[in-house]
Amino acid sequence: MKIIILGAGQVGRTAAYHLSREEANDVTVIDVNEEILRDLQDRLDIRTVNGNAASPRILEAAGIASTDILVALTNSDEVNMLACQIAWTLYRTPKKIARVRSADYTERDRLFGENGVAVDVWISPEQLVTEYVARLIRYPGALQVLDFADGRVRLVGIRALSGGPLVGQALRTLRDHIPTADARVAAIYRAGRSIKPEGETVIEDGDEVFFLAARKHIRVVMKEMRREEAPARRVVIAGGGNIGFRLASELEDKNQVKLIERDSRRARRVSELLNRTIVLHGDAADEELLLEENIDSTDVFAALTNSEEANILSAMLAKRLGAHKVMALINKPSYAELIESGSIDVAISPQTITIGSLLAHVRRGDVVRVHSLRRGAAEALEVVVHGDADSSKVIGRSIEDIALPEGTTLGAVVRGEDVIIAHHDTTVQPDDHLILFLTDRRHIDAVEKLFQGSASFL
Amino acid sequence: MKDTLLPVAHVFALVMMVFAVTMLAPLVMAIWELDPALWSFVMSAGATFVLGALLWLTTRRFKRELKTRDGLMLVALTWVALPAVAGFPLWKFLPINFTDAYFEAASGLTTTGGTVLSGLEFLPRSINLWRHLLSWLGGMGIIVLAVAILPMLGVGGMQIYRAEMPGPMKDSKLTPRIGQTAKLLWAVYAGLTGACIVCLKFAGMNWFDAVCHGFSALALGGFSTYDASIGHFNSVQIEMVLTVFQILAALNFATHYLAWSQRGVTAYFRDAEAKAVLGVLVVSCVGIALFLVLKGTYPDFPTALRHATFNVVSIATDSGLHTQDYSRWPIFAPMWMIFLSCIVASSGSTGGGVKMIRTLVLAKQANRELNMLVHPNMVRPLKVGGVVIANRVVFAVLAFVFLYFMSIVTLIFVQLASGLDFLTSLTAIIACINNAGPGLGLVGPGSNYGVLTDFQTWVCSIAMLLGRLEVFTLLVLFTPTLWRK
Repeated sequence: MKIIILGAGQVGRTAAYHLSREEANDVTVIDVNEEILRDLQDRLDIRTVNGNAASPRILEAAGIASTDILVALTNSDEVNMLACQIAWTLYRTPKKIARVRSADYTERDRLFGENGVAVDVWISPEQLVTEYVARLIRYPGALQVLDFADGRVRLVGIRALSGGPLVGQALRTLRDHIPTADARVAAIYRAGRSIKPEGETVIEDGDEVFFLAARKHIRVVMKEMRREEAPARRVVIAGGGNIGFRLASELEDKNQVKLIERDSRRARRVSELLNRTIVLHGDAADEELLLEENIDSTDVFAALTNSEEANILSAMLAKRLGAHKVMALINKPSYAELIESGSIDVAISPQTITIGSLLAHVRRGDVVRVHSLRRGAAEALEVVVHGDADSSKVIGRSIEDIALPEGTTLGAVVRGEDVIIAHHDTTVQPDDHLILFLTDRRHIDAVEKLFQGSASFL
Repeated sequence: MKDTLLPVAHVFALVMMVFAVTMLAPLVMAIWELDPALWSFVMSAGATFVLGALLWLTTRRFKRELKTRDGLMLVALTWVALPAVAGFPLWKFLPINFTDAYFEAASGLTTTGGTVLSGLEFLPRSINLWRHLLSWLGGMGIIVLAVAILPMLGVGGMQIYRAEMPGPMKDSKLTPRIGQTAKLLWAVYAGLTGACIVCLKFAGMNWFDAVCHGFSALALGGFSTYDASIGHFNSVQIEMVLTVFQILAALNFATHYLAWSQRGVTAYFRDAEAKAVLGVLVVSCVGIALFLVLKGTYPDFPTALRHATFNVVSIATDSGLHTQDYSRWPIFAPMWMIFLSCIVASSGSTGGGVKMIRTLVLAKQANRELNMLVHPNMVRPLKVGGVVIANRVVFAVLAFVFLYFMSIVTLIFVQLASGLDFLTSLTAIIACINNAGPGLGLVGPGSNYGVLTDFQTWVCSIAMLLGRLEVFTLLVLFTPTLWRK
């Protein structure tokens, strides 16, 4: 697929990286900063064009006329929307994805689409990150909580700890432990390596376990993996930027939220917009301030400022001062690897969270949702199967008969409103949503082919 | 050292195997003609493939993505080692020593076209085909070919592509994927070569000569199947066909691609380099023709124009085919032609030398300095063809020209010290480093490089490789930082 990415910021660069490493994609990146482009071109097999992203002349130089997908990721909402409009009006680009941050635009559904601005899909990285962090806070103990089928099914990543009833037991016994709920373990990572989850596999202390379950069953299953933690009540957020502010406004009704912001004017502005949150003006790495605000009895400390180094340091400090669980927003993948083995509980990577929503659009077949996991090495996706038993390689077959590529688990089937946890005898029907987990992203080609159905149907 | 060299050797092994496959062409020719060189080719192709395969298997553990320094090393290693491999069948079959075989193969691969062989018309056809095929492969670049057909090079592909592709600005790609770009360039190259071969056939050559000279013309190689080169045919049609295709080969192949994809010639008018190349060539051809008539070399203007045009275009574009022994012309004319060989070829073409774009950049920079003397506060970006050239590029061009010039001077002194006369030393080194072919004096168009001693031949081989890899890629091997951990 021919893809043009506008803007070589953090999100743009990550998108270029993830998209270009798939052989089928031809990626061109447009940005005004020539140095960033030169650096990017040294590391990725892509083309770069230097110039204004919303200029038709520059878009033409990047080959907009034959482009399949335009991804506008500059830091200006207006440039992104205008570029999509230009691409549609002048060149009829089939798919246009824009990063639109301001809720001012995104709240108004009629603004986009047929008679509005020609943006097919808008994504707001800040919104995605906020939702992600909010879900983590809602499920204490989880490393990752990802939605499928509009939240009916969730994929949860959790570190198993001794004390959970299932730890030390074979997976097969899960049904005996919790007869009322059903779940499927999709992947197990032990010391960084994936282990194929089978009935006889024994979960050990310290394993990173990914399981799929219906939303209402998640807490019960989590309880099997580690002792249940009390729900988070007291939350401290460092950084009153876009993400920190959104998170505070989402949590403030049910939790006791404190927000620390360094800039006094921003602090003032945030405090005007929020109702119940306690907004504090100060430095999140100031020990005195943290102690004064009872950091030792805080359930969650989330460092969400723009500076990842500051996030790491303040999160480490908060942990040492007694915060129960600390999270830090980190952009560099290498930092994330460094700190998750240290004192910080969860590293939040905005790029990995955002990239999934882009990947869903470049996948062949009817892929409705993609989540990138483990820094892009693994992937979880939701595929809709179409056709009938003749045209499709999966419809009408039971799961044990489907030839899944190596490292791929079919975890759940969503049929209408029902969530069916996949077992070997579950039969796939037309228009089912299948939730798949790939421990090795390199097999994505084989997976795409399997679920694409025959050409005649398309 | 082990960590740097072995991953490079792994990719080099692949290049060797690709190269072994190209040896099948002369091999088939030898079977067809039942000529005596067959055994040499069977042995060479077999040995190259087996060696490549062994190297590939033994270094498989060290496979990894190539970094910038690996790219440089791979390209330099390939260009130093391949002439030895390519020269093997020549050395095996012909009564020449290894030095001469290496020179001949390097001269082919670097598209220089100077030869140590005489009696070319009496060589087996398979040998001649191999010499011309080497030119053709080296023209667009054996590494660019590898990038085009080996899918797994990816980002590493960009690094080695840049190390081999001539010209100061190598970041512009025709397509997002480097492999795709390399394929397109090779397609344009192969297409033009095919057209040239058909035209030559219609102009009166037999198929074999047409193929060989088509390869020579598009690669700007300069090898011929006759000692008298194109003079052997004495045909205006053939000279016209070759002149046109040599000029095309001296333009940027990316421009050809653009022109072809837009189905029009506007791309050429937008290419500042192409305009300069054509301008310089037209003025030089007419000027030298007039000069030759004035000096009485040729009796009338049309004859003078015919000979001046073919030989000036051929030498200026660094091809090296010739119809006349132009070393007998008054010295101004051949010296002017050798000067042109330094500057005329475009970046992204198959020609050698400093390249027209660098000449333009330097001229504009000189002009900017002059203007700065008069208006010290003037702000003026350097533009070529309406496009601003970054200062970074200007500095790189300056450094390149300095190194190029110093390489020429140093190698000339080496030749002089070895006892060669001044005119031969000067012109042999310039002709070799520009990949032009014949020089003047002992190595003029009427003679060949066979008269040089072994030592002098090696110096010429080094000059050819330096010129083809545009100095930096080869010299970087001798910088300590490359080898440091």
